[in-house]
Amino acid sequence: MNTMFERPSRDDIRGLLPTIDVPSLPEDDLPEELTRRQPLRLPALAEPELVRHYTALSRLNYGVDNGLYPLGSCTMKYNPKINDELSSLSAFSSLHPNSCAADAQGILQLLHHLGVLLGRIAGLDEVCLQPAAGAHGEFTGLLLFKRYFERRGDVHRTRILLPDSAHGTNPASASLAGFTTVSVPTTSEGQVDISALRSALDDSVAGIMLTVPNTLGLFERRILEITDAVHAAGALCYFDGANLNAFIGRARPGDMGADVFHFNLHKTLATPHGGGGPGSGPIAVRGDLAPYLPVPRITANDGEYRLAWDAPDSVGSTHSFFGNVGVAIKAYAYLLELGDLGLRDVSDNACLNANYLQALLKAHYILPHLGLCKHEFVLSGRDLGGDVSTLDVAKRLMDYGFHPPTVYFPLIVPEALMIEPTETESRDTLDRFARAMIAIAREAREEPERLRDAPTTAPVRRLDQTRAARDPILRHPLGE
Amino acid sequence: MDYPTELRYTKDHEWLRTDGERITIGITTHAQKELGDIVFVELPSIGAVVAAGDNLATVESVKAVGDVLAPLPGTVVETNVELESSPQMINEDPYGKGWIVVIETSAPASLEDTLSAAAYRELLGES
Amino acid sequence: MRFVVNTQADQRRMLEAIGCSSIDDLFADIPEEILGRFRPLGLPGASELEVQRAIRALAARNAEPESIVSFQGGGVYDHHVPSVVRSVTSRSEFATAYTPYQPEISQGTLTAMFEFQSMICELAGMEIANASMYDGATSLAEAALMAARVRPGGRILVSEALFPHWRRVLETYCWAADIDIVDVPISTDGGLDRSALDGEASALIVQTPNAFGVLESLAELGSSLGDTLLIVACNPLALALVEPPGALGADIVVGEGQPLGLPMSFGGPLLGLFATRRELLRQIPGRIVSRTLDTAGNAGFTLAAQTREQHIRRERATSNICTNAALCALAATVFLALHGARGLKELSELNFRKAHYAARRLVEDADVELAFSRPFFNEFTIRIPEAPERLLEGLRARGLALDPPLAIPHPQANADPLLRIAVTERRTKAEIDHLVDSVKELL
Repeated sequence: MNTMFERPSRDDIRGLLPTIDVPSLPEDDLPEELTRRQPLRLPALAEPELVRHYTALSRLNYGVDNGLYPLGSCTMKYNPKINDELSSLSAFSSLHPNSCAADAQGILQLLHHLGVLLGRIAGLDEVCLQPAAGAHGEFTGLLLFKRYFERRGDVHRTRILLPDSAHGTNPASASLAGFTTVSVPTTSEGQVDISALRSALDDSVAGIMLTVPNTLGLFERRILEITDAVHAAGALCYFDGANLNAFIGRARPGDMGADVFHFNLHKTLATPHGGGGPGSGPIAVRGDLAPYLPVPRITANDGEYRLAWDAPDSVGSTHSFFGNVGVAIKAYAYLLELGDLGLRDVSDNACLNANYLQALLKAHYILPHLGLCKHEFVLSGRDLGGDVSTLDVAKRLMDYGFHPPTVYFPLIVPEALMIEPTETESRDTLDRFARAMIAIAREAREEPERLRDAPTTAPVRRLDQTRAARDPILRHPLGE
Repeated sequence: MDYPTELRYTKDHEWLRTDGERITIGITTHAQKELGDIVFVELPSIGAVVAAGDNLATVESVKAVGDVLAPLPGTVVETNVELESSPQMINEDPYGKGWIVVIETSAPASLEDTLSAAAYRELLGES
Repeated sequence: MRFVVNTQADQRRMLEAIGCSSIDDLFADIPEEILGRFRPLGLPGASELEVQRAIRALAARNAEPESIVSFQGGGVYDHHVPSVVRSVTSRSEFATAYTPYQPEISQGTLTAMFEFQSMICELAGMEIANASMYDGATSLAEAALMAARVRPGGRILVSEALFPHWRRVLETYCWAADIDIVDVPISTDGGLDRSALDGEASALIVQTPNAFGVLESLAELGSSLGDTLLIVACNPLALALVEPPGALGADIVVGEGQPLGLPMSFGGPLLGLFATRRELLRQIPGRIVSRTLDTAGNAGFTLAAQTREQHIRRERATSNICTNAALCALAATVFLALHGARGLKELSELNFRKAHYAARRLVEDADVELAFSRPFFNEFTIRIPEAPERLLEGLRARGLALDPPLAIPHPQANADPLLRIAVTERRTKAEIDHLVDSVKELL
């Protein structure tokens, strides 16, 4: 096992910090009562050892810079390096959030302009950059629903409708925002069941949360009918933007009936995923919901930018400051780089790559929904033979040098494999991936133990999840 | 022996063993197989009063959560606290050591709405 | 577009394999009406050179970093970010990896997160810590929600000396969850007025150092609360010098981890810390990593207790959090591994001594009063006799940046404006002397 705790610790490292240049007066000392008595047993590594350790750890990881990462609804596309460089310019990274507006004109202008651009992409009116992740955007957006109905005296609207294909954050965000959830079935064609939707719509419904295209990778062809029906019932439409890569540059959620839409900058706008964050989940809203947006807002007046706090109907704040500014800068740079033609190239090639892979694989795996997909598609790992599961397929893919696709989601497809290649993959990579998947399907029939034993070439063999769940060991026993 | 004939079953994959008004409840072989390795069981409090369809207990595996619903109304009189340290008993012996709760029912007649072993098998699509 | 790799020839072959004649066919499922409403952004696209120029021009509209000496605080501080931190976090295997749902090829991220959890537990004196939240404020808000799950039906008592910007977030989350917040006033010494604590509640929230920079006394507070949970919000750097909340009866400890190797970055990304007692594991939000074994008997790491989380528990999840602040947690891990206990104590001492030097000099030479008598860490509050705007403008003109005045109800009934000053290891004696001389001159 290779945590830093296994390496020899040093407690005599010198020269790490500057020498103190002010007097230390005993009358300033912390009183006994407050002073730390419990030992602090944090080990230290000398810098060369530290770098060795974390470099070794990094080599146990697989990032999108290593290879294809076809996780459905995650949009693991290439992260342009120039964006990282620009985000860490010291004029941005050394600025304290409590700085006066005069010191922050550059960053305020950038954030304001990003908001304008995101609003245009969404086809909606106002944007808030505060949410630090997609789920955070969902929560913030649903708070706007809550405030909207509160202001109208409409206190009975306590339910949110969700398709049964919804990502887990959707119902979790709805609960967090104080709503209960109602599931709407998906038809065998992979579309929201509109008659079931209509039956579920009554005046206890605050709104619907939709992912467009849905998590099967299919566009809701009757989307306008859906949003019209929801609006006619007096409710609002929230669109989860996780799958924006499918139509950015060609269509806008605001034109589909969305009232609130969230972006995942760490998906569609190519900011690095970081092993689980930091992300950024800005929300775009229709004008009449803007008064409820969190404070502070970033306002522009004749080329001068300010933070505005005066918003009596605001839901409050959902972040200690203005959101993940460092991430927002990367997304802004990305938009400038791509421009309109580049954005169109994104969805063009995202959908091309996904459909190509689907065409290569549909003869070898069950494809529950035939026909063209958008930027992702779902296969089922059922009936491959040899009693193997989707999990085994995923683990075996590691031996072929690929990160597995999303597995066991959406829940409505048994043994699901959700595959999203993104636009930054070459045809050659897709061909190699397809060959690997086809080889694995053959192995399932002829040598299933190869799947069940997988992975064999990863840094570790298959890890015991049950043990971790039953007897979790959640920290190193320091100093014991 | 997958579905003992002396037990009753529900469409939510619970089994019931009757002893007068005391009903012992657990989950079936099918249910524990679907869930996978059970890692945690959340038991109700003794004395809790439940209506039919209420959540009695929660069974968790690594990848899923299953609700054990009250098949009849009643009061919880016993819970299998052994499951707190050995949740895997549900996988190993679902009808014996893997029992979950005992309720005292106020409506024993509703047992007629439950399924026989044969009917449950049919529900599962087995013969 | 230079990030798309396929050539036009590739595209043609792919369309053939799909059975379509043009890419437009792939969008036939979107109603014409919607496609017709589309409007472009009006952006021409830019080469690397051009985007660099554009963004640098924006950066130039910010104050020149070398021209500001920051005495700003409130959870985010001008600390030194060691170069190894940047170096490690910019390794693409860490930076471009996804959430470690496939543990066998994510042992880098998972091992580092396990280290992070261990270190945070040690600092806070707690048994379990999660793998990060968005920031300290949302971490605190989620702690309140967790307390309401563990002790349903009660109010949340909150010290009035909580950072106002965290308070706002807490209020928003509690409004969403229909949880009542009740204020606990501050004593004249700047700390929580314990005599004002009365009645049962789900939890009491205390921040230390608090919004005035003063350190609260937690001794016997936890045990005096009965069933009420004690939630303590802290500065992780201060924990090297002060007795950790876990040793003093805290049930949940939260904090803002920015001081542990993150740049200020105009307020984000930040790092939410969340730690609690082992028995509350099933209630915590967020990801948590466990050690386990692989099929060959080798040790490895994987996500644990996932059934709490949204991807399994959905509407009954302990939180909706999915993406958190993993790379920031990695930064903190590297930072803590570089310093260790001794380095961290030395760093904290530097902060402590410089802040106390500044306070002493302001009182003795600039004729300013400390607002509160309680001990402090690296932030303290002064009372000034006049409207703060003129002083702050004057200081800013001399290259000194302070926080805007504190807007917190406090028991100094004469309502003199309060200014909070933070002093980190980056502030030299000369810079501190310049602050003191400037304040003296301006007042």
